[in-house]
Amino acid sequence: MREVARRVYDPLYRHWFRVDWEGLEKIPRSGGALLVANHAGAIPSDAPVIMHGIEAELGRPVYGLADYFFRQAPWMGTMWARVGGVPAHPDNALRILRDQGDLCLVFPEGTKGPSKTYTDRYRLRRFGRGGFVEIAMRAGVPVIPIAVVGAEESMPILFRLPSVARALGVPYVPVTANMLAFGPAGLLLYFPAKFKLRVLDPVTFDVPAGQERYSKSRVMDEAEKIRMNLQETLYEMLRARRSVWFG
Amino acid sequence: MAQALESDPDVDMILGMGTSEPSVPLERAEFVRADQTYSILSRIVRATQVDTIVHTFLVTDSTKAPPRTLHEINVIGTMNLLAAAGQPSSSVRQVVVKSSSLVYGAAATDPAWFREETSRTSPARTRVERSLLEVEGFVRDFAEDNPATVVSVIRFANVLGTDIVTPISSNLSRPLCPHVAGYDPLVQFVEEDDVVRCLEHVTRHRIPGLYNVAGSGKLPWSEVAALCGTRLLPLPPVSTRVAAAPLVRLGLIDFPPELEGLLRYGRGIDTTRITKTGFQCGYTTAGTVDNFIRATRLRRSLGKAPPSYTYEQDVEQFFRRSSAVVHSSDANN
Repeated sequence: MREVARRVYDPLYRHWFRVDWEGLEKIPRSGGALLVANHAGAIPSDAPVIMHGIEAELGRPVYGLADYFFRQAPWMGTMWARVGGVPAHPDNALRILRDQGDLCLVFPEGTKGPSKTYTDRYRLRRFGRGGFVEIAMRAGVPVIPIAVVGAEESMPILFRLPSVARALGVPYVPVTANMLAFGPAGLLLYFPAKFKLRVLDPVTFDVPAGQERYSKSRVMDEAEKIRMNLQETLYEMLRARRSVWFG
Repeated sequence: MAQALESDPDVDMILGMGTSEPSVPLERAEFVRADQTYSILSRIVRATQVDTIVHTFLVTDSTKAPPRTLHEINVIGTMNLLAAAGQPSSSVRQVVVKSSSLVYGAAATDPAWFREETSRTSPARTRVERSLLEVEGFVRDFAEDNPATVVSVIRFANVLGTDIVTPISSNLSRPLCPHVAGYDPLVQFVEEDDVVRCLEHVTRHRIPGLYNVAGSGKLPWSEVAALCGTRLLPLPPVSTRVAAAPLVRLGLIDFPPELEGLLRYGRGIDTTRITKTGFQCGYTTAGTVDNFIRATRLRRSLGKAPPSYTYEQDVEQFFRRSSAVVHSSDANN
């Protein structure tokens, strides 16, 4: 299943999004690390790009942590689990990072990231409760931030329908530019935005691993530092970008 | 269980209690038939000066008993048993309770593997789960009140085996087995022999505490069904229980409420802790399923095996008490 999904996705990765990586050597070849990235697009296109990208370039599997909503939704949850998705529970993350020594991808913005409208593009949302920093501390692994440019434009949200979302019991129901451009096909069809990803320097924490709890102020400070760094990098990459479609 | 204990020469005396008669031959164990009033419990404990109680009578399957009976057996039964064991002059030094991984529930917010200290993530809605939680609460209180007594609670994953009949086993041995469309949960099983071996291990080595026991690994439900040679019968992901109800009535499937969560989200329990005490399950989850298939195939060709043994009070009494019977130990002398 994973194999099939990779083969189907690969052309999209290479020819549609034309993904460019920068600083890929900063991701360790072995041992666990927690990857964090900015999150965007009505149906986020950044998660598969990062997961497939690292597996294709480095040959290491990446487990994507996702909201429980994915697991609840029929078919989608099963598909997500089959291609390497994991429900975001601290225990699950700890197992992947510490016990298996694998890479784990998390979007600290959560659903607040992809649900933001196009006018807020590339403005990072709040980083939750800093749980990702705590997990990395507990597992004793570095946090590696990845700045993603291109996801915002691949499926931009014009406005949201909160009442419909409530009725359906889903986090958000977007009306995207893709829907207006392609009609029903726009539900799934991305714009061919050029993807550029930059891996930032790994952040390590000089705290003993394996503790049940860590100082909340320290955790929040570190989370905020990572957020600021990521935001700065995004602005810098956008300054250097000449075209949305050609990079 | 009693058969397993009989082989241990250190055990002087085994006393079995139940509402139905034993279905396997027992050489030394005595059997008392009890009704559901439980008044006899404290008398037995006092009269026999029993030192170990192995409580395996908890109902973990809501198709086996109507709700009222289930509450009666699990909650009231355990309460009386622990009350009898906790009398001031009690001789009880060890209590082993066979519980179930049902206490963890099954929800979308669950971790992939539950450790013993992980609490469940969703409130318990089914009767079985609620009663088991209540029972474990009693046992915790009992352990706190009687620090000198060794108390162990074992949470077993779903049991499959040659003889045991559960909603899962009967579903898997029919040509159609239910699954909730759009979900393919990972499930974990434990072999019935491993259950007995584990209870024996904990009892014999007097290991206190709370333990998860299951075969290692998990299997997708679709794969389990495929291995068992049954077709999946998809139930709609919304109003699943309403859709299942007529099928249950017709006897096509078994679908107790506690199965619904499991068939959506599955459940896995971490067995690191019991492994550290030196116990290893003889079967993995896949091995358990394989063993179950073999037993089902045999049953399909031969029909239901006739009981190899029926308990008859008079005959038992004759063999044990009559002076006409030559015991092997006497013959040696």
